Amino acid sequence: MASKSQKQKISSGGKVSKRGKNKPTISVNEEEEPINMESLGHPEIYPLVLTTKTQEIFNCRIDEDITDEQPYKLIKKEDIFADFQNRAAVSDFYPLKKIIQEYPGDELLIVYDKDFRYGLNFYLIGTEEGKENYLNPPEVPEEQEEYKEHVPEDTYIYTPPVSKPWVSLGSEKEIEEESVKEFTKQITYMISRKRSQFGAPIKFSDQNASSVKDAYIECTAYPDKNFTVKQLEKDVGMQVVPKVKDTSTQTRWTYPKNATTQYCPREFSEEEKETLGQSKSLTDFLNNASISVEIALQQNEIMNTFIDDWKYLAEEEGTFGDKTDTHLKEYQSFTDLHNLTEKMITCVSWHPVIYGLIAVSVAVRLSFEDRVHFSGKLLLQPSLILFWSFSDPIHPQLMLESPEDIFCFKFCPSDPNIIAGGCINGQIVMWDITAHADRIENIKTGGGRSKKVTLKPMFLLEPESNKEAMYIRHCAVSSIENGHRNVITDIHWLSDTFEINRMGSVFENRSGICCQLVTCSADCTICFWDIRPQKPSAPQPTEKKKEESIEIPFDIPSTFLHLDLSWKPLARIRLSKGETSLDHCPTKLSLSEDHLPYKAQDKMLAQNKVMEVGEMNPYQNLEGGLANHLKPIEDFCTKFFVGTEEGEVIYTDWKMERDPETGRLMTKKPVSLYTVHDGAVHTIQRSPFYNDIILTIGGWNVAIWKEGVMTGPLLQSSCAPKRYTSGHWSLTRPGVFYIGREDGYIDIWDLLEKTHEPAQSQNICTTTITCIKPWTFSAKQQFIAIADYYGTLHILEIPWTLSHPSTNEVSSMNHYFEREVKHLEYVEQRKKIREQEKKQMELETEKKKVKTYQKSKELLEAELKMDYESYLELEKTVLINLGLIKVAEKVSYMDMM
Amino acid sequence: MAEVEETLKRIQSHKGVIGTMVVNAEGIPIRTTLDNSTTVQYAGLLHQLTMKARSTVRDIDPQNDLTFLRIRSKKHEIMVAPDKEYLLIVIQNPCE
Repeated sequence: MASKSQKQKISSGGKVSKRGKNKPTISVNEEEEPINMESLGHPEIYPLVLTTKTQEIFNCRIDEDITDEQPYKLIKKEDIFADFQNRAAVSDFYPLKKIIQEYPGDELLIVYDKDFRYGLNFYLIGTEEGKENYLNPPEVPEEQEEYKEHVPEDTYIYTPPVSKPWVSLGSEKEIEEESVKEFTKQITYMISRKRSQFGAPIKFSDQNASSVKDAYIECTAYPDKNFTVKQLEKDVGMQVVPKVKDTSTQTRWTYPKNATTQYCPREFSEEEKETLGQSKSLTDFLNNASISVEIALQQNEIMNTFIDDWKYLAEEEGTFGDKTDTHLKEYQSFTDLHNLTEKMITCVSWHPVIYGLIAVSVAVRLSFEDRVHFSGKLLLQPSLILFWSFSDPIHPQLMLESPEDIFCFKFCPSDPNIIAGGCINGQIVMWDITAHADRIENIKTGGGRSKKVTLKPMFLLEPESNKEAMYIRHCAVSSIENGHRNVITDIHWLSDTFEINRMGSVFENRSGICCQLVTCSADCTICFWDIRPQKPSAPQPTEKKKEESIEIPFDIPSTFLHLDLSWKPLARIRLSKGETSLDHCPTKLSLSEDHLPYKAQDKMLAQNKVMEVGEMNPYQNLEGGLANHLKPIEDFCTKFFVGTEEGEVIYTDWKMERDPETGRLMTKKPVSLYTVHDGAVHTIQRSPFYNDIILTIGGWNVAIWKEGVMTGPLLQSSCAPKRYTSGHWSLTRPGVFYIGREDGYIDIWDLLEKTHEPAQSQNICTTTITCIKPWTFSAKQQFIAIADYYGTLHILEIPWTLSHPSTNEVSSMNHYFEREVKHLEYVEQRKKIREQEKKQMELETEKKKVKTYQKSKELLEAELKMDYESYLELEKTVLINLGLIKVAEKVSYMDMM
Repeated sequence: MAEVEETLKRIQSHKGVIGTMVVNAEGIPIRTTLDNSTTVQYAGLLHQLTMKARSTVRDIDPQNDLTFLRIRSKKHEIMVAPDKEYLLIVIQNPCE
């Protein structure tokens, strides 16, 4: 490029210039952005593109302002700056802005580059000097001027080049190699011929090559053994290719049709069966076949050959914990430290859904006279149901207030936020804790507790230290005049599958929730209550006014507002012994449908129900009573067990009947009544495994009954050394139940181990145990809550052996009960047999007496004679033996006789 | 005819027997102590199974023949006594 441009310069300039290397000369501009022709040796020349617009602005239009004679234009610097301001980056001069700014002079020279010598159509000369040189080109061309400094001579003398000796640089070798030379000597042939033969006429003819000898020489191929190689190995490639064949068929397409087939088995008609049945072939066949079949049947009866003895030898798959450990382990205990009066726990109930939450009802430990005496003081203290949680042993989570001491309470099975309790004065109290449900649901261990949980002395304890203990007022109480008159001893929710009406008839419960309660009280009545609003029977304006004036605090839910103070029982059953004597005083009930609820599946159901019902709590919108058009369920078992204070177990019916004479509703007479206990019956409970096995505990002994067996209890224990005060079936083992005594011991009975005495006895506390409630949380964790007379609730953990049933425990217990039933039957039968025997014996003795009397005198004489004769003979023999009489004489004597 | 009933009664009275039925060679029940639908189901299925069992035995050894078939399941045991023309099926619950 450089040389070309040199040539250009030379041609244009017309003079030869000696060139050295381009020295990076002078100006700083060379390093700047704008491209200049430094490479071409003109650092002051900056090529430039001027668009037609720019040309118009600056009046340097091609062929108009700028011609060949005057191919340049002087432009003022100010104009360019104005252009910059006007057009900014669009301006064509923008790339050379810097140069223009630094330009010393006022006017810049723009030269039209027609030949595009410098690449673009215009170029700017960036220095004054350059401008001067261009405008006023000196006689000597520009290139010369540059090098004037270096070459001080004025003229240039031509010296012809002097030839120098050639220096070999190795190129001749290559040339030699590449050149073609003759190696071999060329062969020369000289061919001569007689001159006369030249030019003779030539005649061409055809000739077969094979016919003339030596006309041709051939070199035939022959097999040469030297060159034959026997191929011993041959590499052959093979490929197996499946033979693919493309075929196609076509079926006739019809529209899809639905087709069904239905078949019924072939059967014989009755006559055919008869005829076949009587045919001889069948008889023969059966005779032959039945032999083998009976052998097989008997084999099965004798022994089950397929059982795995090894597997059945072991009791459990794996034990959790020590197998020998059979003691109940203390887990936690709760005492209410805030209240100063001495209280006892009357009833305990585990929360059916939430883990670790247990509710206790406390009552003051005073006798009736003391209650009357201190009634003023008692009014000031609220009666409470406390909710304890495992996470906080000091502060109860919730406290439910009630007007009087509660003696029994139950969670509603369909909604654990509804609680019904029975008071000492005969009222039923209802609570609805739905609003506080989240409080107790989110109890976590350690959450919300202060770091130091030390027992402070009582005067320092503040109930609001960690959490505000909530006092929740009751929602509704029953009517005082129409309810019970004495303490309510037992309360149950009726199952949500049925409901009853005033007559005691059973109807299907369409509402799906538990809506009826049954209570028994010491005023000798059993009442059924319905929590739904009753249809108003008669308007009572005065009472309404009274109710309206009572202001209900705003934080009480209005679930049971319709019941408050006006709640009347639906039906009332009076347990009367007869016309004259006192009535029975019921202490506990056990209904047939009243399973021990809250087994694992039921818990799930309850949870699901609670969750579904989240939005629409059915208890918030209780609709009125029974639909009278529903037909009563016919064969529902309406009988139930009642335990009384005298120790009797009554099996009676709740269905009322109409007295034929008076037309009033009357309760039926009890089906059966047994007095087995020496004291008040405090526990009647159905076994969680068998619906018809009932455990009754009272006084000093225990009895187990089977519903339907009228002759007596299946098992009746002997008198225990200490009075029994509470009891409960075990929830997981069918043969185990727990009994609490009045000295603080708990007796654990295991019917599979011993039936005459408890299997174990363990001390829990120092005072009477008032309530026992076991609960299962998981397969591995089972707790038992034991409440005592001094107000302490003990939670103990049930060990593995007591909670985990052995493999066939249920069937063993079943057998045991069946055996006992059979035993009872046998006893009955024996009774009869004994009676018969007794009768027979009496008859015989009678006969004997008669016989002796009828012996007559003749017989007596004959007997006397016989005796005398035998005596004579005896005398004779004795005398003969003594030798006093000779034998002969005897003979002659005999002859003479 | 009384014999037939008597034999069937005798078999039925064994301990644990749930049902007894007599089926002809085509699988149509003749006598049964169970309800119709169960009988028909058992008859059809067991008839096919017996045919299969018999053919198996005879395939292995043509001189051999099936005399008795016992199927033990978790819940009970099914016994089939086959014949040229009939099939006697007994269902027993062997466990106590």
